[in-house]
Amino acid sequence: MTIEFTNIIIIIALIIVSLSMLGILYRVIKGPSLADRVVALDALGISLMAMIALFSGLLNTKYYISIIMLLGVLAFLGTTAFAKFMEKGEIVEYDRHNRHRH
Amino acid sequence: MIDTIVIVISMFFIIIGALLTVISAIGLIRLPDVYTRAHAASKSSTLGVMFMMFGVFLYFLGRDHHFEPTLILAILFIFSTGPIGAHLIMRSAYYSGTAYTNSTVRDELKNAE
Repeated sequence: MTIEFTNIIIIIALIIVSLSMLGILYRVIKGPSLADRVVALDALGISLMAMIALFSGLLNTKYYISIIMLLGVLAFLGTTAFAKFMEKGEIVEYDRHNRHRH
Repeated sequence: MIDTIVIVISMFFIIIGALLTVISAIGLIRLPDVYTRAHAASKSSTLGVMFMMFGVFLYFLGRDHHFEPTLILAILFIFSTGPIGAHLIMRSAYYSGTAYTNSTVRDELKNAE
């Protein structure tokens, strides 16, 4: 009896999170600057981690949990690379010793 | 008995986390400029996702007696990298000249070199 009750609450939480992901997607599409879109995509990735956690609770499996960690690392790497691209114009600099400052 | 109590606590965590994610989406839609939007998105969304992951952790612990340490690791990772990502994006947005709203009172970074 308690298992069905928890399934209903997890499904309600999934619906709430997916509606808020629609709201974040509105900011990704409309956002006037580039930083708006990057911030919204970061929040979208983090919400996707929560959705995968809720799905693994709903489907009664523990093999989806490692995807959460992988997705967190990838979202952080993407955000960091985009921040460096926005500030310096390149992601990996080849000039190590700052010989050519421009 | 103790399993039912743990499962009920986990349901509270999941619902509160989902509501915090809704608050983050509302802040992303309604706030006026990039910096306030990043304030809403990074803090509220990070806390909401941490709450939901802890709820799922307690749910596995209460229902199956299964301890899942990867969820604890993911919570710690989100807690340490979410604010760092928001800081990096806002720093590069400021130095690439993204405009802030007109009701800003003062700008401490303008004369700092």
